[in-house]
Amino acid sequence: MKKIGVFICHCGLNIAGTVDVKRVAREIEEIGDVVHSEDYIYMCSDPGQLLIRNAIREEGLDGVVVACCSPTMHEVTFRKAVKSEGLNPYVCEIANIREQCSWIHQGDKERATLKAGEIIRSVLEKLRQNETLETLAMPLTKRVLVIGGGIAGITASIDLADADYEVILVERQPSLGGKLLQLSQTFPHLDDSRYLLGPKRAEVRDHPKIRVMPYCEVDEVKGFIGNFDVRIRAKPTYVDWGKCTACGLCLEKCPVEILSDFERGLKTRKAIYTWAAPGDSGKPVIDPKHCRYLLDGTCTICQEACPEGAIDYQQGERFFEERVGAIIAATGYDLFPMERIGEYGYGKIPDVIDGLAFERMLSLSGPTGGEIRRPSDGRVPREVVFIQCVASRDPERYMPYCSRVCCMYTAKQAKLLKQKVPSAQPYIFFMDIRTDSKGYEEFLQGAIEEEELIYLRGRVARVFREGDKVKVWGDDTLTNRKVEIAADMVVLATAVVPNQGIEDLAAELRATTDKHGFLTEAHIKLYPVESPTKGVFLAGCGQGPKDITDTVAQASATASKIQALFSQDVLLQDPLVAFVDTEICSGCGICVQVCPYEAREMDEYRRISRVHEALCQGCGACIAACPNTACELRNSKAIQVFGMIEVFEAQQKRSLIDG
Amino acid sequence: MDERVAAFELPEREGRQTLLGEVQGRCGENLRLCYQCLKCTVGCPTAPHMDFSPNSIVRMIQLGLKREVLESNAIWLCVSCETCGTRCPNEIDIGLLMDALREISLEEGYRPKERGIVALHNAFMESIRRGGRVHEATMLMEYKLRSGDYWTDLIPGMKLFMKGKIPLIPGRIKGMDSIREIYRKAQEKVRREKG
Repeated sequence: MKKIGVFICHCGLNIAGTVDVKRVAREIEEIGDVVHSEDYIYMCSDPGQLLIRNAIREEGLDGVVVACCSPTMHEVTFRKAVKSEGLNPYVCEIANIREQCSWIHQGDKERATLKAGEIIRSVLEKLRQNETLETLAMPLTKRVLVIGGGIAGITASIDLADADYEVILVERQPSLGGKLLQLSQTFPHLDDSRYLLGPKRAEVRDHPKIRVMPYCEVDEVKGFIGNFDVRIRAKPTYVDWGKCTACGLCLEKCPVEILSDFERGLKTRKAIYTWAAPGDSGKPVIDPKHCRYLLDGTCTICQEACPEGAIDYQQGERFFEERVGAIIAATGYDLFPMERIGEYGYGKIPDVIDGLAFERMLSLSGPTGGEIRRPSDGRVPREVVFIQCVASRDPERYMPYCSRVCCMYTAKQAKLLKQKVPSAQPYIFFMDIRTDSKGYEEFLQGAIEEEELIYLRGRVARVFREGDKVKVWGDDTLTNRKVEIAADMVVLATAVVPNQGIEDLAAELRATTDKHGFLTEAHIKLYPVESPTKGVFLAGCGQGPKDITDTVAQASATASKIQALFSQDVLLQDPLVAFVDTEICSGCGICVQVCPYEAREMDEYRRISRVHEALCQGCGACIAACPNTACELRNSKAIQVFGMIEVFEAQQKRSLIDG
Repeated sequence: MDERVAAFELPEREGRQTLLGEVQGRCGENLRLCYQCLKCTVGCPTAPHMDFSPNSIVRMIQLGLKREVLESNAIWLCVSCETCGTRCPNEIDIGLLMDALREISLEEGYRPKERGIVALHNAFMESIRRGGRVHEATMLMEYKLRSGDYWTDLIPGMKLFMKGKIPLIPGRIKGMDSIREIYRKAQEKVRREKG
């Protein structure tokens, strides 16, 4: 490179307030191959970019260094500007003299100025060895895999299918609907969950672009953005759904009764069962853990009862291989296992239930047909205690985070309780009330005023049985009094936790989870629906506790992100990836082991390592690990990096000599 | 049931609703709206001296703790400055609430925690009834007789008297008819509400 231009930005006073930019510009201009050096108040502004473009045109620059803020801010901006003048964008480099210089050396102008000069010199050293690179173009499969058939997965599927992309919707349970299917009416407008879900489920079922795969799980994910190869495992239902007419005879005849998960233990189901109540659900499946035929072959009643001959005990797992371009993880949530919280008596006292069980009780299609009756003796309860923040906001013993939905659903449940049982008195123990969305605070205040809810600010110390009552000892910190309530029923607002198996799925997706198991986003503010793994998107409670409103918004956001991705014919990718010097590579395979993106593989024929450029994220792990420096990173080659270090080293030596 | 358990029982639901209904009916304020932001208490100049802060009083009414509320000194230490009512985000006028609580407390024969304040209040009202405006000498005499506190502020009082600041003969305003009418109407209202 013979003609380099250096452009030094003031960033208002962000840089110029600490660095003597004029002096730096003068000093840099004296370097041999720098033919242009100037400073400007905002280099990223239109006139600032014009300075760069004019200099390229008039002085025939073949390399550009912009000394400004972090490259994450404006590298793209300046590379575009350079490209518009016909230069290769990869001969434009950023020298970060804001985050790495002016911001951290305020008050020491002399040394900050010196350091800014050094940073620019080191970047010049790198630039001199830069190659011109072309953007990588990868093929793109315009199909989507949606994992999870709750309201998040359903919403995203419909959005994408309406945009004419093929969608595969995988659901672990035998029918779609997720947790929303278990709810009664939803806050703040008390819409019935069936009213919300019914049309959506029908739309998914009938949409020609959506392939619903119920009772399936994602077994294996390989590949990368644009081309994921997914293996889906269809669990054996032991019922031929092609023949089954959902007449329900098998469900009637089956002699095995166990507590229903869907009804949160308030009702029993048979060993052959449909996920939700008939009408809400699809066709039945046989639970192999409880079916007598599958356990020891002693019973074939359902097979005999089925008029269509649909029962097939021999059915096995089936696997489907699919190629998709993007994946949405909408894996949903579960509730914290309450048996682990002794002080509230859950599991020991039948009249202590969790919020989801109460939802089932409120639901018209629930185990009580929408009537509020205590589980122990079926009596209509009068005094009902609700306890909020059960296992949430307890970093010492349980979950440190706020589960976000409990404040609102507790208020809603108390309100619905009063509407169904006007003589009931709800008591709600709380720590804070969080009503952070549109219309929520108004809903809460309205409920307190109209339904005469008693909110008690304090924790519950003990829940125990006395006669047929459930005694609750608690505290009202607003009057500083101990409180005892002889309750008929206690409802616990338990913490929202990620669904089981999320870690295994995350490992398959190469997505990350936080320490509680929630899928982590690429950036909490700027990329909240993207996983750090490109092409994997996050929607719903698998990413963190949230209400239906936020879930649907997030699901639509993932769909629109994927539409933007699919609007390209090929996938363009930065070429700043690893490459292998085939002359040096000894084929030891260490790079294959260290690569976190599965971008390295062995060329079995040539016995050397190679790079899958589409997968490589340019992290540099293989470069550090390679024992004989055969791995290099484009435009960050070892010779460039050492050149940059030498600039600083030389300066340090000079200052040692100067004393 | 051991004593500790008995000590922290909430009042019966009926008791709760009666107290809330009675107080709300008398002061006309909707106490269910209170969400315990504590703006009333932080603005209250006398709250530091109260046994229960104004927000606690609202809370205790909601929970039906009748005896504690009506025996508290808080209801008597309120000076009706109306800072609380002005600032309340839910438009609850706690000044009016305190008036209502004082009334109920006196009517139902609760022994006021701050007897001096009640004595001064009554002496003040009587003085107005007599002359249409406060006559300090007779009012203070009446207050001292009512409260039994003869010695407090006697010397400053004597000094004021020597400077001629406390006239001996009570004056009368012109519109005594109107004053009598106000008292008559107020008493009639109280009688009506009681009956």
